[in-house]
Amino acid sequence: MTSSTPKSAFWSGFAAGLPFTFVVSPIGVLFGVLATEAGLDVVETLMFSIMVIAGAAQFTALQLMQDSAPTVIVLASALAVNLRMAMYSAALTPHLGAAPMWKRSIIAYFLVDQSFACSMAEYERQPDMTLGARIAFFAGTVTPVCPLWYVCTLAGALIGTRIPEAYALDFAVPITFLALVTPMLRTMAHVVAALVAIVVALLGAGIPFNLGLIVAGAAGMMAGARTELWMERKGMAI
Amino acid sequence: MSGALAGLDRGALWVIILGLGLGSFLLRFLFLGMIGNRRLPDWVLRHLRYTAVAILPALVAPLVLWPDATGGTPDPARLTAAAVTIAVGVWLKNVIATVLCGAATLYLMLYVIG
Repeated sequence: MTSSTPKSAFWSGFAAGLPFTFVVSPIGVLFGVLATEAGLDVVETLMFSIMVIAGAAQFTALQLMQDSAPTVIVLASALAVNLRMAMYSAALTPHLGAAPMWKRSIIAYFLVDQSFACSMAEYERQPDMTLGARIAFFAGTVTPVCPLWYVCTLAGALIGTRIPEAYALDFAVPITFLALVTPMLRTMAHVVAALVAIVVALLGAGIPFNLGLIVAGAAGMMAGARTELWMERKGMAI
Repeated sequence: MSGALAGLDRGALWVIILGLGLGSFLLRFLFLGMIGNRRLPDWVLRHLRYTAVAILPALVAPLVLWPDATGGTPDPARLTAAAVTIAVGVWLKNVIATVLCGAATLYLMLYVIG
């Protein structure tokens, strides 16, 4: 895969984002269905997905609203679920920070699990991409994912029928992310980071507001950084 | 309108929609927007290199082990599919082929086990 020109980078990004359509569509439809079942009208449901574009946070907010939680609690809990976005933002800064402010703002709006994961994988695989190519690649990953999120939310709200559980589409999320992350485990430090993060995530699964994920991510990043330093000191190839 | 939120104050709903939208944007914008082109210290960069390989597996691990679809009970079909996905991913390093192998394994196992 070459990403030398912005145009080819855009289409590489588009291809990288394409498998995630299987993840985004059932979850978008489900949100549309659940939100309208809960009493939101079509406009409110669609605006939720357009403003927030974050499945887990939207489901959290919806659940808490149905539990009649105070508005402040709804906002704080759903934003806690989205805290990982700040980590994504930090990780992308060395690659995209040189872009003009208006482009960085648009990138920030479209920063979701899928666009982050695909773009980071590509930037690490091709360290000498130009800034223009990196931005185009990011835009490419977003194109099959985010508009589909709005469309499927709308479809769910209008049609109100869930995709049957027999299709086991719940597992589209693990399969696509595992397929994307596994090739990123290039060094021992990456493997250690992943293993530590997994163990801490499982141990911390009971921590409220999804904060176990943030603790696990931080633990994994520290473990990766320590391992990298240790490997350097031992004179091992990174 | 008949759902649980039928009696919900529309103002509160819009505060949540707009507040969550703005808050999510600010989280996403925080570093990309505020730091921009300034050079980050080496120790920060060293940690950031592992963000993706730490966060994404941490996100997925509970879904693999305790899927909602089975009420949180570990499921042989899903565990096998995850193992095959990881193995094929290490071997082929091709995302689409890996996704297809993982999905094929899942459906095969669900069909065999029932």
